[in-house]
Amino acid sequence: MTNLPSAASVVQPLIAADAAPQFVRLTETHRKQVTLTLDGVAITALTGDTVLSAVLLHARRVRDTEFSGEPRAGFCLMGACQDCWVQLEEGTRIRACSTFVKDGMRVLTRPLGVTGA
Amino acid sequence: MTEKLRFDVLVVGGGLVGSSTALMLAKRGLKVGLFERRYCGAQASGVNYGGVRRQGRPAEQLPLAVRARSIWDRLPELVGTDGEFVVSGHLRLARSVADLAALEAYAQLANPYGLDLQLMSGPTFRRRYPWLGEAAVGGSLCPGDGHANPRVVSPAFARAARAAGADVREQTAVTNIVRAGERFVVQARHDSGAVIEVQSDWLVNAAGAWGNTVAGSFGEAIPMEPIYPNMWVTEPLPFFIDHNLGVYGGGIYARQVTRGNVVIGGGRGLGDGEYAQPLTETTRTVMRAACALLPALKDALLLRTWTGVEGSTPDDNPVIGFSRTTPRLLHAFGFSGGGFLLAPGVGEVLSDLVVEGATSTPLDAFSIERFA
Amino acid sequence: MSTTIDKNSMHRVVIVGAGPAGVRAAETLVAAGIAPVVIDEAPRAGGQIYRQPPADAGFARSKRTLYGMEAGKADAVHSTMTTLLAKIDYRPDTLVWGCGAAQLDTFHAGRQRTVLHSHLLIATGATDRVLPFPGWTLPGVYTLGAAQIALKSQGCAIGRRVVFAGTGPLLYLVAYQYAKAGAQVEAVLDTNPFSRQIAATPRLLRQPSTFAKGLYYVGWLAARGVRIERGVTLVRATGDKAVQAMTYRDGDQELTIPCDAVGFGYGLRSETQLADLAGCRFRFDALNRAWLPERDSAGRSSVPGVYLAGDGAGIAGADAAELAGRRAALAMLEDLGHRVGSADVQAQVAKLDRQLANIAQFRIGLEQAFAPPPDCASHWPDNMTVCRCEEIDAGTLRRCIRAGEASEINRLKALTRVGMGRCQGRMCGAAAAELLSAETGKPIAEAGRLRGQAPIKPVPLSIAMMDEASQADHLAAIPEHARDD
Repeated sequence: MTNLPSAASVVQPLIAADAAPQFVRLTETHRKQVTLTLDGVAITALTGDTVLSAVLLHARRVRDTEFSGEPRAGFCLMGACQDCWVQLEEGTRIRACSTFVKDGMRVLTRPLGVTGA
Repeated sequence: MTEKLRFDVLVVGGGLVGSSTALMLAKRGLKVGLFERRYCGAQASGVNYGGVRRQGRPAEQLPLAVRARSIWDRLPELVGTDGEFVVSGHLRLARSVADLAALEAYAQLANPYGLDLQLMSGPTFRRRYPWLGEAAVGGSLCPGDGHANPRVVSPAFARAARAAGADVREQTAVTNIVRAGERFVVQARHDSGAVIEVQSDWLVNAAGAWGNTVAGSFGEAIPMEPIYPNMWVTEPLPFFIDHNLGVYGGGIYARQVTRGNVVIGGGRGLGDGEYAQPLTETTRTVMRAACALLPALKDALLLRTWTGVEGSTPDDNPVIGFSRTTPRLLHAFGFSGGGFLLAPGVGEVLSDLVVEGATSTPLDAFSIERFA
Repeated sequence: MSTTIDKNSMHRVVIVGAGPAGVRAAETLVAAGIAPVVIDEAPRAGGQIYRQPPADAGFARSKRTLYGMEAGKADAVHSTMTTLLAKIDYRPDTLVWGCGAAQLDTFHAGRQRTVLHSHLLIATGATDRVLPFPGWTLPGVYTLGAAQIALKSQGCAIGRRVVFAGTGPLLYLVAYQYAKAGAQVEAVLDTNPFSRQIAATPRLLRQPSTFAKGLYYVGWLAARGVRIERGVTLVRATGDKAVQAMTYRDGDQELTIPCDAVGFGYGLRSETQLADLAGCRFRFDALNRAWLPERDSAGRSSVPGVYLAGDGAGIAGADAAELAGRRAALAMLEDLGHRVGSADVQAQVAKLDRQLANIAQFRIGLEQAFAPPPDCASHWPDNMTVCRCEEIDAGTLRRCIRAGEASEINRLKALTRVGMGRCQGRMCGAAAAELLSAETGKPIAEAGRLRGQAPIKPVPLSIAMMDEASQADHLAAIPEHARDD
C-alpha cells in the first residue's frame, strides 16, 4: 500500500555514481578545519569528523574488498561491521568510523604492499 | 528400539585418522562403521594449524610421513577436494649458528628419505627473504612440504568414506565396549537418544584426545596428557609469506593462505580435557614472537584466536598399531600435535594391518607396548 | 598473571558499557559506596541511543535538536555520568576484546591491558539486525543506525536522496530526523503492512507515550508528503560502483526509486560476544529471534558474579535499559553482601520489576507490529552476498546445506567461511541462520549460534608489544577506586 498513489508514474533521473561524494553536510559546518591527505591528495575536513566522514565527503568509497575488489563505503558507522578499515601511510590500520581526523593524517584507501616483499 | 548393526571394522572417532581409516578400509571392500560423537573433523582434526610437513619429524616418523605425503598429492581423486593443499615448502628457521648446525645435522638424517632439504644462510638468505625479521639467521627449506585447510580436509575424508560405503554416524557417542567371544560388542547413543548396538570383528581406536578412554577399557591406558595448542588468524593481507614457517626449537609457526590470512600457532591455552580456551598470556608472548619473526605483521589485525584438545604422549610419538591385550584391536591416537600430515598415511597403514595383518611401514616406535 | 585470586578478599566491580544501562548501574553502585570500573568503547558516555557528538570539536546543536523528544532522558544520562566521574574509574575509548573467568582483556591507545573483576556487569547494547538483499554491499547502503549516527554524531546525511527501508520504529524515527534536518527523504519502505501495527495496538498502549511518539513521526512524515510504502518486499539495490536506485515489490508490481543512499534495518540485535566468552548459558529467545544469554528477572546470568542489563541481553529499549541497569546493580549489591532487605529497597525493586514487565509487554507488541519478513531467505538469489566480509554468497551456503554437510551454523562457518571475517558474524549471522532454517526445514533455533571467539573485534597484533603484563595486578594491593597502575 502506498500513501502516494501517483508516485510510481513520476520518472526520476538516475544519479550518476561518480558525480558527487556519498555524505552530505547538513549542519555544524562552522567547526575548525583540519587538513589531511587522501591517497596522497590534500583534502580538508572539520575537527570532530571521523576519518570515514572525511573520506565520504569527498568520495563514494573507502576501501575495496580483498577478494572481488568491489568498493565499500562503510556500513554500520558504529564499529560493528568492520567494513571501514583503512591504512595510514605509516602502516597503522585504523577503523575509519571510530577514528577522528587529525591534522597531517595521511590516509590510504588502497593497501600498500608489504615492505621488502 | 535398539538399532543393531554388524561390521567387519568399527572405527571409533571421526577425526582425520578415523575418517581416512574408514575410507581406506571401505575401498578395500570391508564393511566399515565410523562413529563420531560430535561432527567429523570438528575436533583437533579441524582446528589444528594445518601444516603438512615431513621436515622436523624424528627419524622414526619419517617412513610413515613419506608414505602419508604421497597420499596428499592424490586428495582430489581420493576425497573430491584438494583441501586447499599448497606445496609451499616448509622453511624451518635458525636463530643462531648452533641452530644452523642442528638443521645441517637433521638434513643429513632426513635427506635419505627424500626430503631434499636445502640449507640457506647469510646474505643469500637475507635477499631471498627480506620480509623475515633479523632474528632469523638462516633456515632449512623442504620444498615438497606445505599446508592445507584442516576445516575442509577432515570432513572431506568422512564424506568420501561414506561415499565408499562406510556407515558414518555423527552425533553418535560410544557408551560401552566389551569383547564377547571373537567379537567386539559396542553400545552407542545418538544425540536424539536412539541407541545402537554393534557387533564388529575389528575395532579401531581413533578417538584422538579421548583415545585413552578406549585404551583404558582394554587395560592399556597410556600416559597421555591433553594439550591445548593456541592458534590465531589475521585479516587477509597482501601475499608475502612464501612458505609454511617453523622455527628450530619450536615456539611459533606461521603460514599464509591464498586468501591472504596469516595463521599463527604457538603456546598453550587452558582446558579441562573436554573444552579449551586460549590464554591471553600466550597471545601476548606469541604475538610478540610473530611480530619479531614477521615485522610486517605488527600493523595487521588479529581476527580470532582458538584452541582445541590434543593428546600428547611423553615421547611426542603417537600410538599406532596392535593392542597388546586384545586381538583385532588397533590403536591410532596420541599424535601430540603432529597428526595432520600423518593421518592419511595412518589410515592406509591401519587398513594394511586389518587386511594383511602387517604393513611395510615401520611402526615399532609407535607400539603401545612401550608404555606397558 | 595470577589466576588464584581470592574473590572474597577484595571486590572489583566492573561495568562494560556506558549506555543507559551501564550509567544507571554505576549510579546505583556509587550510591551504595562502591566505585566501579566503567569501560566504554566510545569516547563519551551515552551508548548508541544517547550518543554524544565528539567533545571539544565545536559541535553546537542542542540536545533538543540531537535527541528530539528524548532530549530530557539523554541529558539526564549524560549529566549523571558527569557527576559520577569523580567517583568511578571511567575508561573511555577502551575495547574489551576478551573475557575470562576473572579478567577482561582490554585495548586502549594501542596498549593491551588486563582488568580483573570479581563482579562484572555486561551492558554492551545492540547493533541493527541486518537481513540482506541483493546489492546491500554497494557503497551508499547503510544500516538505519548508521544513518542516525551520521546525522547525530557528524551532522551529515548518508546521501543526497535517501531511501529508508526495512521495518521497526527506528525506520520512521530516522526518516523523521532526516527530513526534519533538511535531508531529502525519497521514500520509507516498510516491509510490514499497516494492519500488523493496528493488531499490535493493545500491547503498544502499555507504553502510551512511546506509542504516541511513534504515531507522531509517521504522521509528520505523511503530512509533509514523504512517500511511505507498507507491506512491501525489498528486491534489490542497484548501481554502478555505488547505489543509484532501490527496487521493491508491492503486490505483483516491481517499482524502482532513484536514490544515492539507502538506510535499512529490521530492528536490533544484541551484542552478546562477551557474555559468551564469560561462559554464560544461552537460550533461544523467540521474541528476539536470537540466542540470548540467560538472565533472571534481576539480571543475574548463569555465571555467579556476571550480570546482564540493557539491549545487550535482549532488545527492550533505552527506558528498560536504565531500569535494568539499576536492577542488576541492586542484585550485585545484594550478592556483595550489602543489606538490601530494607523496605525502601524492596519497594524500589518491586517498582523496577513492574516497570520492566510493562515494557516487556510493549516489546511483544513491537515485534508483532514490526516483525522481520518471514521466509526472507526464499527471496535471496544464489548470487547475493550473505557474508560481506568474506564475500560468501547464498548459493555457496545452500549447496553446503543441501549436500548434508552442515545443519548447524558453526559447521556451516567452518566449511563455507560465512562468519569468519572481521565482523565475526555480526552482519551475516542472522541471515546464515535464516538460510539454514529455510533449507533444512527446521526451526531457526536448531540452526544454533555462532560461538564467540576472542578478540571480539579486530585488534592489531602489536598490542602484544606494548602492554602492562609485567605489572602484576594484585587485587589486594589496589584500593577500589584506584586505577590499575
